[in-house]
Amino acid sequence: MRRSDYLIKRTGFALATIFVAITLNFFLFRVLPGSAVTNIAHVPHASLQLQEALKHQFGLDQPIWVQYLRYLQQLAHGNLGVSWADQQPVRTHLATDLANTVPMLTLGTVVAIVAGIATGVVAAWRRGRAADYGHTGVALLFYSFPTQWLGLMLLILLASYLPAGGMSDPFLIGAGFWQRVADTTRHMLLPSLTVALTLYGGYALIVRSSMLETLGEDYVLTARAKGLPAKAVVRRHALRNAMLPTVTLIALSLGSIVGGFILVEVVFSWPGIGRATYEAVVQRDYPMLQGTFLVLTVSVVVFNLLADLLYFRLDPRVSE
Amino acid sequence: MSAVLPETGLGAEGEVGPRPSRVGFMRRLFRERPSALVGGALLLLFLLVALLSKWIEPYPIDAQVGPVFGPPSASHWFGLDDSGYDMTSLLIEGTKVSLIVGLAATLVSMVIGGGVGIAAGYFGGGVDTALMRVTDYFLVIPDIPLMIVLAALFGSSLFNIVLVIGIILWTGTARVIRAQVKSVRQRVYVDRAASLGAGHLRLIVRHILPQVAPLLIANTVLTVAVAIFDETALSFLGLGDPTKVTWGSIIEHAFDRSAISVGAWWTLVPAGLCVSVLTIACYLLGQAIEDALNPRLKVAHLSARGFRLRPLVGAGRRAL
Repeated sequence: MRRSDYLIKRTGFALATIFVAITLNFFLFRVLPGSAVTNIAHVPHASLQLQEALKHQFGLDQPIWVQYLRYLQQLAHGNLGVSWADQQPVRTHLATDLANTVPMLTLGTVVAIVAGIATGVVAAWRRGRAADYGHTGVALLFYSFPTQWLGLMLLILLASYLPAGGMSDPFLIGAGFWQRVADTTRHMLLPSLTVALTLYGGYALIVRSSMLETLGEDYVLTARAKGLPAKAVVRRHALRNAMLPTVTLIALSLGSIVGGFILVEVVFSWPGIGRATYEAVVQRDYPMLQGTFLVLTVSVVVFNLLADLLYFRLDPRVSE
Repeated sequence: MSAVLPETGLGAEGEVGPRPSRVGFMRRLFRERPSALVGGALLLLFLLVALLSKWIEPYPIDAQVGPVFGPPSASHWFGLDDSGYDMTSLLIEGTKVSLIVGLAATLVSMVIGGGVGIAAGYFGGGVDTALMRVTDYFLVIPDIPLMIVLAALFGSSLFNIVLVIGIILWTGTARVIRAQVKSVRQRVYVDRAASLGAGHLRLIVRHILPQVAPLLIANTVLTVAVAIFDETALSFLGLGDPTKVTWGSIIEHAFDRSAISVGAWWTLVPAGLCVSVLTIACYLLGQAIEDALNPRLKVAHLSARGFRLRPLVGAGRRAL
């Protein structure tokens, strides 16, 4: 009973957040100064009749709430509008971009989480020793580098060994499937490495501090008093409990992951959704910008929900 | 503050011994935590550079004073950029503007976040629920994309950038402050002051705010770094104020004018390092304050040299 209550509550919250984001997405682009959408009707040297006709065609002469309902209706049908840059449906663009982003981002994030947990645990365990200062120092350093700057540094250092931009070699014609995969993977290394390094720093710091808090708990003292070896205390008693706040914090960091990979994709010309956001901004392609904002928000909300459920799995107490 | 009001002199019930004064807290912080001292000193250095920028910039920031992409030399310590402007001057100017952005955006976020946090924690009940619901929504919506959308729609004057960053960053502060206010509100001395006839405003300003202040300061320091970080991200995506020099715009400029393919690393490296050093300084100081406020971090049952038990009396070097 309680279990399902919790699940329903979290799912409800996630859905509500998505709805808020959708609404924000509508009103930001319509009501605020500049009124991006009404600009559609601003054709240079247009006669008053043409302007009126355009406004009517785009439904801009309707009251705002009618426009809003229509927007919701279209969205429910999966219609995100047409990109102003090339007249293609926004949805098709987003699908390709997302497919390009996911592998690169996943590789980077997984590496970052593994490395972050490992160094965070070691640093907390060796608190106040050289290993702690070393690990924490390096983590802090990577945490403090601006993402785009770190990417550019890696570009300067490694561009002679690895492909510096794009997703595939344009001169790779008639290559087999595996050759293409290998080529894409090689192109993926630098952007993924940048994502991994920037995230790793933050994760290591989070894990370290939550491990330190856990090591002060009484049950750690009990475990120690039972005569368990240090490794067992860390692994079985401290780490497991330290993972709880860590899961939450990693989920909360998803927002900044999104921010980071936009910059990374711009630096390495990776044709993903972050670069699409950037190009939409540069070209003032508002339908596209709306689309990317929606996709990014929804995915962050969904991952937050997943983290909530994972948390629930790790710690059944939360529902009580 | 307690000296002025007799009734608050009994403020720290539950704690044994005299209530530590604020000056004492800061002095202890700097003595026991060298990292706070390092962070504070670095921050002071940046502030000095920013304040004295008018007098210490060796060359004008809007005139060609040497060869295009001239390397570092005795007369131009950090070399010259793509228009032959002196990098030292640009960096100093960037320090000033970046700090202004960071501090102003933090002020905005502190006013909103601190206000929301205090109101939610102090009044509780329906106010709390409503405010925290709103905060939760904003917390989940990814920062950078929302920032990009806002900056793209509002236009990118320095004032708007500050506003946009401030509007984005307040959520974390609101949550932290709310939790703290909630616990302070429960203490007996607040009830006592209330029963002596103190109104809401007086209770908040004289009795609750001072207790929350150290945490608010720690939060402020950490937020400054994030704000500057976010400014570099916006600048990099072409959403910065084009008329102002910031660390972010320097990095963006170097990337945009292909300083990398020319090999002019000096246009890129120092600006990123400035952001990095400032972030580290803020982290060290902010974290030191937070750690000093968190009693759970004082103990580690699994500590550096084998196992050490919680000291029975005293702390630090005087522990028994």
